[in-house]
Amino acid sequence: MMDRAYKVYSIENGTVIDHIPTPLALKVIRILGLENQGIMTIGIGFRSEKQPGGKDIVKVENRELSHDETNKIALIAPDATINIIKDGRVSEKRQIKLPSEVKDIMSCPNPNCATNILGARTHFLLESRDTVTYRCRYCERATEVHADLLTTK
Amino acid sequence: MARFRDRSIVSIRDMSIEDLTKVVETTQRVKEGEFSGFLEGRTVATLFFEPSTRTRLSFESAVFKSGGSVFGIANPKASSQSKGESFADSIRTVAGYCDVIVIRHPVEGAARMASELSDIPVINAGDGANQHPTQTFLDLFTIKEQLGRLKGLRIGMMGDLKYGRTVHSLTHALAMYGNRLTFISPPTLQMPGHILKELDDLKVSYSVVDNLEDAGETGLDILYVTRIQKERFGDPQEYEKVAGTYRITRETMGLLGDDLRIMHPLPRVDEIAEEVDTTPNAIYFIQAHNGIPTRQALLGLVTGGLE
Repeated sequence: MMDRAYKVYSIENGTVIDHIPTPLALKVIRILGLENQGIMTIGIGFRSEKQPGGKDIVKVENRELSHDETNKIALIAPDATINIIKDGRVSEKRQIKLPSEVKDIMSCPNPNCATNILGARTHFLLESRDTVTYRCRYCERATEVHADLLTTK
Repeated sequence: MARFRDRSIVSIRDMSIEDLTKVVETTQRVKEGEFSGFLEGRTVATLFFEPSTRTRLSFESAVFKSGGSVFGIANPKASSQSKGESFADSIRTVAGYCDVIVIRHPVEGAARMASELSDIPVINAGDGANQHPTQTFLDLFTIKEQLGRLKGLRIGMMGDLKYGRTVHSLTHALAMYGNRLTFISPPTLQMPGHILKELDDLKVSYSVVDNLEDAGETGLDILYVTRIQKERFGDPQEYEKVAGTYRITRETMGLLGDDLRIMHPLPRVDEIAEEVDTTPNAIYFIQAHNGIPTRQALLGLVTGGLE
């Protein structure tokens, strides 16, 4: 079979998120709150030399995501790459880094935390970049982030 | 410069070393009788959503001694929360009735949440297994008062180091000042790894031992004893065996040197024998009484009655 360079349509303007580990593409969209926010193309399960388990791609049309938005992706896909596309060309290749604080999109695993019982909005502060650990502002427990903690509402 | 006016006291994690020192120094001045009537015209609400007679009474005594008024709930069944009012609504409402809220709540993070919901200062009097900062302040003040300094000390902590929030907060504070720490506990109740890692990061020297003999060899200025709770053991016989190993008597004190001071957050059950109470080493009742000037100082600082 012939190699297809783009199995997902290329876009004229917008943001391309590549090298998301399979199957986290949908999770990335939820973290960014991009459901029902316009046209997106999603590719799941591409072969990748760097990612033996496969990679996903998300292309968000006509929207340049902010740094605060793309940094959230680092919570579950630290090796994801971001390209901002303008007029069919890559106008910016962006590095992502873990956000210093995370609000609303992550739940606290401590069942006795105010966020789980009293309705406080979740709010975590970065504790360690090496281990991707965040500390809950309320119950003060430190938690290593994994995809299941990220809200799926 | 540590500023406290209108500030909530939620967690030792929010405190700089200057903040800790400011509270300890202010407590000293309150205890020496330098100030009076600094809460006059102020009203303090004590909201205890779980019972804690000792802490509530000491806050109320602190308010009266400083010339303020106090009201509150001592029993959650008597509050409108039992009628289904939300926590947020309760706090917002009470915040309009007083100048400071003192809160104890079984849910971790409740005090932080209350501080965000109200525009008056909130003092955390215990939130579940998380924080009890006024206990840490009174412990620090007691150490400063009894040993003359807060740094360069050899401090042992014994008992349930895994679940004890008191020892976690105190460890954090003592590490900031630079002290040598020895943790004495049964292997199943050791200081959690994440706290030891914090100490490593701060380059604090510490040792982990499982018996008093080894602790005695490190040499201690203070031994901070906490209760080992029966509930932590499935087998009551196992509990008796462990609890017996970590009991302070006049005999076991011999292992630890004549100048050792013994502290305990109280209430104690039998982890310190009553025969120890009358020795000059026992300072746990002084420590408990220091809860009053410590809470007076905190209330004075957050209301602006003390600078």
